[in-house]
Formats: sequence, C-alpha cells, structure tokens
Amino acid sequence: MKALSKKRRHPLAAVALLLFGLLITGSLYTAAGNISEAKAAETTAASQSDVDSGQKLFAANCATCHGMHAEGSDSGPSLIGVGAAAVDFQVGTGRMPMQMQGPQAQAKPAQFDDKQISQLAAYVASLGAGPSVPDEEYLDTTEGDAAHGGTVFRVNCAMCHNAAAAGGALTRGKFAPTLTGVTEKHIYEAMATGPQNMPVFNDSNITPDEKRDVITFLKTIEANGSAGGAALGSLGPVAEGLFTWTAGLGIIIAFTIWLTSRPS
Amino acid sequence: MSASNEYTPATTTGRIANFVDSRVGASGIVKEFGRKIFPDHWSFMFGEVAMYTFVLLLLSGTFLTFFFDPSMAHVVYEGSYVPMKGLGMSTAMASTMDISFDVRGGLFMRQVHHWSALLFVASLSVHMLRVFFTGAFRRPRELNWVVGGVLLIMGMAAGFTGYSLPDDLLSGNGLRIIDGVMKALPIVGTYLSMFFFGGEFPGEHVIQRLYSLHIMIVPAVIILLIVIHLFMVVTHKHTQYPGPGRTNDNVVGFPVGPVYAAKAGGFFFIVFGIVALIAGLFQINPIWNYGPYDPSPVSAGTQPDWYIGFVDGALRLMPGVLGNFSFEWNIPFPWGTNTLVLSVLLPALVPAGAIFMVMFAWPWIERWVTKDNREHHLLDRPRNAPFRTAMGMAGVTLYSVMWAAASSDLIATHFHVSLNDVTYWLRTLFFLGPIFAFWLTRRICLSLQRKDREIVLHGREAGIIQMSPEGAFTEKHEEVDVYKRYLLTNFVDRQYIPAEPDAAGHVSGSEKRRAMISKFFFEDRVAPVTPSELEAAHAAHGHHEVEGNKADSIEK
Repeated sequence: MKALSKKRRHPLAAVALLLFGLLITGSLYTAAGNISEAKAAETTAASQSDVDSGQKLFAANCATCHGMHAEGSDSGPSLIGVGAAAVDFQVGTGRMPMQMQGPQAQAKPAQFDDKQISQLAAYVASLGAGPSVPDEEYLDTTEGDAAHGGTVFRVNCAMCHNAAAAGGALTRGKFAPTLTGVTEKHIYEAMATGPQNMPVFNDSNITPDEKRDVITFLKTIEANGSAGGAALGSLGPVAEGLFTWTAGLGIIIAFTIWLTSRPS
Repeated sequence: MSASNEYTPATTTGRIANFVDSRVGASGIVKEFGRKIFPDHWSFMFGEVAMYTFVLLLLSGTFLTFFFDPSMAHVVYEGSYVPMKGLGMSTAMASTMDISFDVRGGLFMRQVHHWSALLFVASLSVHMLRVFFTGAFRRPRELNWVVGGVLLIMGMAAGFTGYSLPDDLLSGNGLRIIDGVMKALPIVGTYLSMFFFGGEFPGEHVIQRLYSLHIMIVPAVIILLIVIHLFMVVTHKHTQYPGPGRTNDNVVGFPVGPVYAAKAGGFFFIVFGIVALIAGLFQINPIWNYGPYDPSPVSAGTQPDWYIGFVDGALRLMPGVLGNFSFEWNIPFPWGTNTLVLSVLLPALVPAGAIFMVMFAWPWIERWVTKDNREHHLLDRPRNAPFRTAMGMAGVTLYSVMWAAASSDLIATHFHVSLNDVTYWLRTLFFLGPIFAFWLTRRICLSLQRKDREIVLHGREAGIIQMSPEGAFTEKHEEVDVYKRYLLTNFVDRQYIPAEPDAAGHVSGSEKRRAMISKFFFEDRVAPVTPSELEAAHAAHGHHEVEGNKADSIEK
C-alpha cells in the first residue's frame, strides 16, 4: 500500500484512477445487462392448432399494444393484412415484442422459438392477406446474380444502409441497421414488408428474383471479407481519417519522441 | 586552383571522388551544409514527415500510373472481382479495379498511396499548428508561413483530384458536390460547370482533366514550393525553444553531418515502414464496395477524405430555410432570372475562405497589433502568448465543429443520438464554440503563467508536511533549479500599447482600432518574474529551502 500511496502524485495517477473507475462501472453494467437478458429469453409455449396457439401467444404478448384482435391501438398499429412475413421478421429478429419505446424497434435476441413464431405468423396471416414467408427458392444464394444484385442494392438500398451494408443514420434517432449477419429470410421479408422506417419494396418494384440477387450480393460481400486488410467498420473516409489522426500520427509521434530523446 | 598544389589521390575510390568533387564542388556543399545546426525536438519533425510521405506518394503514384487509364469510355468489367462481373463502368473504374484485384501488388500500392496522402495532409496540418502555436511564423519567417499555407492548399488539391480519379460512387458523389458548388456561383456558375465537365455533369472528360492536374501540375507546384520552403529554412536557420544558452543569435543543436543525416535518413525509412504497415493491414477506399459511378445512387456514409471534411460539414450544417426565410433567391434581371443559392454558396466558400485568409494574414495582424517588428528565432511557449494560443484554439474549434459535422450521421448512429439534435448542437457550437474556446484557452494560459510565477517565487510543493509546535501544518516548498527558472522567467512580455499619435500628432482611425484589439488581447496579462521580485521572495522564505538544492545564478 505504501508503494501505491507514494505514486499518488504521479502525473498519470488521475488517468489511472479514471480508467479503473470506468472499468469497474463497465463490468458491472455488462454483468447486469446479461442477467436481465437471460431472463427475457425464457418463455413458455403451448401448442394446439397453429392459429389457436398463435392467438393465445398474441393475446399474452402482443395485445397490449396491437389490440386483442390485432386491430391496433394508440400504442401500436393494426396487424390485419401485414402477413406472415412481417411477423416472422419482427418477432424472428427480436424487434417484437418491443424492448422499449423509442424512435424505432431495435433488434435483440429473439424471444420466441421458431415454432412459436410460425404459430404467431399463422394467426396474423389468418386475419387478412399479406406477404407470406418466402419460399426457399428465393433465398438460395447459389441461384442469384451478385453483380446485378449489387446494382439493385446501390440504387435502392445503399442510401440508407451504406454501399457496404454497414448501416447509416436516419432522422430523429432512427437508423438503418447493418445487414451483416442478417439471415437470407429476414432480408427478403424486410424488403417485402418494410419494417420500422423502411419502405416496402413489393414484387413489382423489386421482383422476387431481384430480391434473391440482392441477398446473393449481400452474402457474397459478407463471405468475401475485406480485401486489403481490416475494413475499419466499412464506414468510409471518416473512419480512415480518424485512423490517420489517431493511430497513424500517434505511431509517428512516438517515433519522433524516441528519435529526439536519444543521446546523439 | 593552381596546378602545383593540386591534390592527387592514391586510391581508385579517391580518384573517382576527386573527379566528381573537382567538377561539382561537392566537398564545399558538404562542408557548408553538413555543419548546418538543427535543434532537436520532436515537434520539429512533422515537416519532415510531410516530406517523406510526399516522396512515398511520388513513388507509389508512379507505380499506379503504369496501370491506371483515366478514360471515361464505357467498358464492361470482366476482371476477377465476381460481385461486379459484367457491370458497365468507365475505363478509369475498371482499371482501378484491375489494379486492386489483378495487378500483382496493386492493391497494396493503392493503399500505400491513399494512406500516405491522408498522412501527408495530416502532418502538414500538425506542422502548421506547431509553427502557429509556437510563434515560428514571426519575422523573418512570414513568407515561409505563406508558402507553407499554399502547400497545405495544394496538398488538399492533390488529395481531392486523386480522390475523384477511380470514378467510383464515392468519388462521383464528391464531384457532384463540386458541380453543385460551381453552379451556385452567380451568373458564371453554369458556364463554369459546363466548361469543367465538358458538358452536363458528369460528362466524359472530367477524369482526364483531373488526372492531368493530379499527376502533373499539382505535384510540380508542390515540389517547387517544397524547394522554396526548404531554401528559406536554410536561409533563416531553424527556430529553437527557449532555454539556458539559447539566444536569438545562435542555434543550439546538432549538425546535419553526421547526426541529422543519420537521424533523418533513419526517420525516412521509419515513416516508410509505418505507412507500409498500415497499408498492409488496413483497407482504404474499397471502391469495389461503392461500385461504379452512376448519378442516381448516393450511399449512406458518403464523405470526402478528412481534409475536405470541414467544407462538407459546413454544407451539412447550413439550413436551406430559416423559418420563412429562404436562402435560395431568384433575382430578376433584364435578361432573365438568375439564382443566388446562398445555402450552398455561403457554407462552401465562406468558412474555408475565412479560415485561410486569417491564417495567411496572421503574421501581419500580429505584427500590426503588437508593433513587434523584431526578428524572433526563439519560440514562444504557447502559454506565454495567451492571445495567440486562444485565437489558434478558436480557429481549431471552428474547424473541428465543421469537421465533426461531416460525420454527423456516424455520430448519430454510433452514439445513439438523433441526427437532428447533432446538427442543432453543432450549429450552436459553430457560433459559440470558438468564442468559448478563446475564453477558456486564454484563461488556461493565464493560469499556467500564474502557476509558473508561483513556482519561480515560492518553489514547488515538496510533499513534506511539517507540524509546528503550535500544531499548524505547513508544506515545504522546494526551490526550482536555475535552468528551470530561466525557462519560466524569460519570455517575450507583450503589453497593451495604447493608440499613439503619428508624426503630425494625429491619432488615425486604424491606430485606434489597433489599440482596441491590443487592449482586448493584452489587457489581462501575467508579467514575467523580475529579479527584484525573486529576491524579495527569497528573502521572505529562504528558510523553507529543502536541502540538496543548488540555487546559483545563471549567466544569461
């Protein structure tokens, strides 16, 4: 302890203390976050016919905002006619049930398993016609054309999602998320149903084949990784400039100090 | 040289050396230049970094010209990058794709070129900040400051013309903004844009034109300016930080030969190594992500390279309308209506113009206000010139706010805040930030000066607490050594100079304005410790001295 107290006037003592404090707070916060997450993942399910089970799940988990018969309320929109694809996307990516009110629902670990999601989807689809969960053939990236998909993506998607699908900002706290790690099915459903602030790209706007091309493009660039080294988040010149001013100049300054501190 | 005492070397090497020397006078140059003294300090080395990265730019750039084709002719890409196979694009884009994926070492060289470009302008900027904050631009170096400023602008020009060459989506978006700014110029705008692009944007000529500028004119001007810059450095001799033994008439340091020849030579390769390492490990400007240019799409996260960022940021901050007031005016003239698009014109030209104008004029502004026309070879510690440091920080703040605005979208997504709020805050900071920074920096400088005074007069806190018989606690103070004291007490003391009448006894308006600024700058000041003050302080608490401290006087 004596050695420690001797160093308390060291110029870096305040920095060290600050770092220590931040580390403690950070670890506690992470630990607390993990515990609540683990609780959220546990749910129970029942199963009779899919629609009936779906209705029960709906009444228990969704009706508070969307209404007992999915007719909508002040807190949530009507789900009549949104189709199975919308449910599969929103619930499958964990966006629904919503974690908190905010500019838009955020993805989190899915709260229901695949069976429950399909039951919910079946129930909502039974209320009115809407886009259904896509067939496997439109999700097969071996069939798609990545180059054409890239063109479609740049014209329709890149202005929000970034040309490298790294995501981008929208107004008033809304944002277009990164598309890395999103499953083929969810990408397709997002295009077909336009979740959150995304516009709907229906089949006459982007045909199912073109949707498959887009998915193929996204999966290709994801699989290719980044040629030429670490991508720095694929965020473009801002990340590159930040890197230049921090790491680049930092290393150079370290060397200049070393060079001029050496006795000649 | 007479034939009788001509030196005859004995060895072959000696004969070759003598042959060269007797024809070009190399030994004279080495003798003169090799004994040139340069002071040693890490902050003096950023100019060097800029020069080395520029050499790197020339080397890697030459490699790229072997393979790059600046044509905008339409081709179908058939290279090895699958997600783009069969797409139509310009030859410029296709050849850049080939450099990236089909030329051996091409991607590495592209990345070396781009990273060193970013580092080149960054080190130029840091070098200029160092020169500004230490007052190295004062007489006789004002013109070299201007040359340096032009070098920075040329560096930005070189960077921007290069950024536009691959003809990918990002570079095309950048050119579209240039097109918009050109068209916003009143009356001549549309003509200028048509001339530049050879027709309606994007046309089929702009890449060739930018290429000529990028590989010929701009680098040639940069090389010329570097030569002028270095020539002036040799003529003026290098500045040095104040310290015992360092005066306005000498330079304390090491000679070029052998010390700096070795150090600078080694540093050259260190910079090479750092850039090569970064270029090998980190991707830059992945044009295959952005795709070929097409005027319809714009990607999220589209930004210019960092050195153009502040102009882009100003454009992002500028509102198109303010309440009911529109910044877009249609002015009817006899020949028809002309537009004046202030929402583009103001942010694109005014902040950058103002920053560079004040920057270029600053040596003269400072000379005018302080009436200090002496030669200065000793640098100021930034705290000892609070007005200048504060002005500099105000400028840095203004620049940084605009700079941050260029990444407003990324600030919003990465810190989970609203993009609108980021814009509102930055707009506020644009006006208030520099004022606050000026005030804060000056306060900090004055406080540091007061602390320096305190240390000189009363010594530094020794950390030894004594208890008197009455029970009072006092801390012992350790007197600073003479070298440190010299540093803390010897600086240029600038004072408020009231308006003075000219020879005819008349106080001119400009003199009154000068006095006003002088008052604003120097009303608050901390004077250096005088010998009598020091003596008085010593007499007052000599008994506080801590043993083992040699306080003798120093010859100035």
